Amino acid sequence: MYRYDDYDHAFVRSRSDQFRDQVKRRLAGELTEEQFRPLRLQNGLYLQLHAYMLRLAIPYGVLSARQLRAIAVIARRYDRGYGHLTTRQNIQFNWIKLEDAPDILDRLADVEMHAIQTSGNCIRNVTSDPYAGVAADEIEDPRVWAEALRQWSSVHPEFLFLPRKFKIAITGALEDRAAVLFHDIGIRIVKRRGGATGFAILVGGGQGRTPYIAQELRGFLEQRHLLSYLEAVLRVYNLHGRRDNKYKARIKILVNALGIDEFRRQVEAEWDRLDKASIDLPEAERARIASHFAPPALAAKPLRSEAVARRRADDKAFDAFFRNNTTAHRVAGHRIVTIALKAPGAVPGDVTATQMDVVADLAERYSAREVRITYTQNFVLPHAALDDLPAIYDTLVANGLASNNAGLITDIIACPGLDYCDLANARSIPIAQSVSKLFASPERVAEIGALRLNISGCINACGHHHSGNIGILGVDKKGTEHYQITLGGSPSDDASIGTLLGPSLPAEDVPAAIEAIVDVYLAMRRDAGEDFVAFYRRVGAAPFKARVYSGSAAETTRALETASTGG
Amino acid sequence: MARIYANGVIAEDTWRPLHGDEVAAHGDLVNVPLDRWLALSRADQSRTGVTLAAHEAGESDLARLARAPLVVITLPAFTDGRAYSVARTLRERHHYTGDLRASGDVLLDQIPLLERCGFTSFAIKHGPTLDALSRGHIPAIATSYQRATLARHLSIRPTLTGHEEPRA
Repeated sequence: MYRYDDYDHAFVRSRSDQFRDQVKRRLAGELTEEQFRPLRLQNGLYLQLHAYMLRLAIPYGVLSARQLRAIAVIARRYDRGYGHLTTRQNIQFNWIKLEDAPDILDRLADVEMHAIQTSGNCIRNVTSDPYAGVAADEIEDPRVWAEALRQWSSVHPEFLFLPRKFKIAITGALEDRAAVLFHDIGIRIVKRRGGATGFAILVGGGQGRTPYIAQELRGFLEQRHLLSYLEAVLRVYNLHGRRDNKYKARIKILVNALGIDEFRRQVEAEWDRLDKASIDLPEAERARIASHFAPPALAAKPLRSEAVARRRADDKAFDAFFRNNTTAHRVAGHRIVTIALKAPGAVPGDVTATQMDVVADLAERYSAREVRITYTQNFVLPHAALDDLPAIYDTLVANGLASNNAGLITDIIACPGLDYCDLANARSIPIAQSVSKLFASPERVAEIGALRLNISGCINACGHHHSGNIGILGVDKKGTEHYQITLGGSPSDDASIGTLLGPSLPAEDVPAAIEAIVDVYLAMRRDAGEDFVAFYRRVGAAPFKARVYSGSAAETTRALETASTGG
Repeated sequence: MARIYANGVIAEDTWRPLHGDEVAAHGDLVNVPLDRWLALSRADQSRTGVTLAAHEAGESDLARLARAPLVVITLPAFTDGRAYSVARTLRERHHYTGDLRASGDVLLDQIPLLERCGFTSFAIKHGPTLDALSRGHIPAIATSYQRATLARHLSIRPTLTGHEEPRA
């Protein structure tokens, strides 16, 4: 993985000193809260309901064991002994004191980390495929360019006061595991006939209150021009994105107002006139970054492990773990292991300091000292030898980390919701907990198969409800927490935005509604090979509507709503 | 009343904004709004400063602005980032070499960023900002990842300049 050199160290130290000075001036009253706010946001510090929240940047979700241990120390010393994995592959702490933030940033700098641009109206932490560099279906390792983008976007002086936040994702694999179509800019590494690799650039995707799927801006961009091309996109957006209404300020709104063709014309015109040579990454610098991403020396091993075969035969839970939580690695005899933070009744993405240390130990011992974070709020050990899987699994079991449900209905994405967030209309966590308890039976979950269920506590959609096969959205209904359900969303190559099923439901009716939806799917799908989205596209919403809104409590709600809206 | 920060020094403004129908006395350093400046003769344009908001100038205006001795871009709010893009365009594409000034909501923490985009002077009203500048306190970061906007006092990795080979 990437290691800092003197320039990176000096940069992060200097940024940390700068922030310490900013905090000092804020506490001395030289900066008003309004003047300080963008400064702290550019360093990942939010003011939430009960305390400050600090969001650490985990660049493209890649962490070393040493870094994870340092994060565990921060969790114990400055928070309440736990942290939270986010949908941008970051880790955030929800109980931070403003005066501690500079010390935390110094501790992060010690282990080559920071919190730069994890919030604010600027280019955010770049996300990528959590299996980058190890996936069997990869064209080229996206981390090289993700790191180049991290550096280029860090305190880029022109783009720190954009109309709104700006999220970039990059993938180098055939299967999209980074939801690139739901980003302000999505980048796919593509191979042209003849063998040259370049980038397909997608623009204008996003969730929030106006969800859009990104459109193709350029089908093939030569790799060496990535930075200048993005600079052209960002400049057009910075100059012409709306600043009068923050809900219409994202680039997706500009792209759709202009139309993709006119937007492309403006970008290309800007790009043509840029001094590309002064912006693009020199080959020597690309090579320097790429040298950090040489794969670890893993010896190829037999494809079959007796130890794994025996354990799978004897232990159903381990067998489910193997099927759901491990994936093909490009080196024979190895697997990519997902550590799902999704036990029944757990808070999705929450991890204790002790668990962080356990994961760091496992990475050190079994995974070339490397850990990844997925946008689905789980950890990944990218390099596990097959023979080591039983030992890894036993350690996970002993530490409450052996949820064998990766990719299944209980592998829920959820935002922090009204328990923490001052933007939220409703709580997300209790809904996630009740749904995960409802589907606690491993047999039932296995029968349902792959299914993405996402929960957001408000229309800002941090829990990605639009792209959930089943999405749950918290809304405020006359002062009470209600939930809308959307169906048919998908984050991957067949990206789609879920459609609203019907009137919102009170919290207590949500589990029954989810159960009803799953029952319809199980009863009517062609076979286990017809996934939820395919099924929904075939049958539409009608059978789900009939089932969800015929229940007594729900029916009452609907009747009340009809009455209260006068029709 | 704003004071001017430039080249590490705080001073009174030597340029006077002209309002309404007011006319400049011979030899006065004056600046005028964009529409008025555009209506001047070429000769007058080259001795008259111009004040504009970032969104006011189209691409053809920017090309003409390159002949002004002073361009003042007014920031309606310090969070409005358009001035940064206009400044770079003016400097890098239209090779503007005169004084480029930020006015309006200019605060201490944005000054190093504005400088890197090409601003050379700052009209400042904010008391704590003036105090900090007078103490020589500028909260800048010492290194940079963007060579296109590299300021003199910043360091940059040699391989990023495009002239160095990577170490083996």
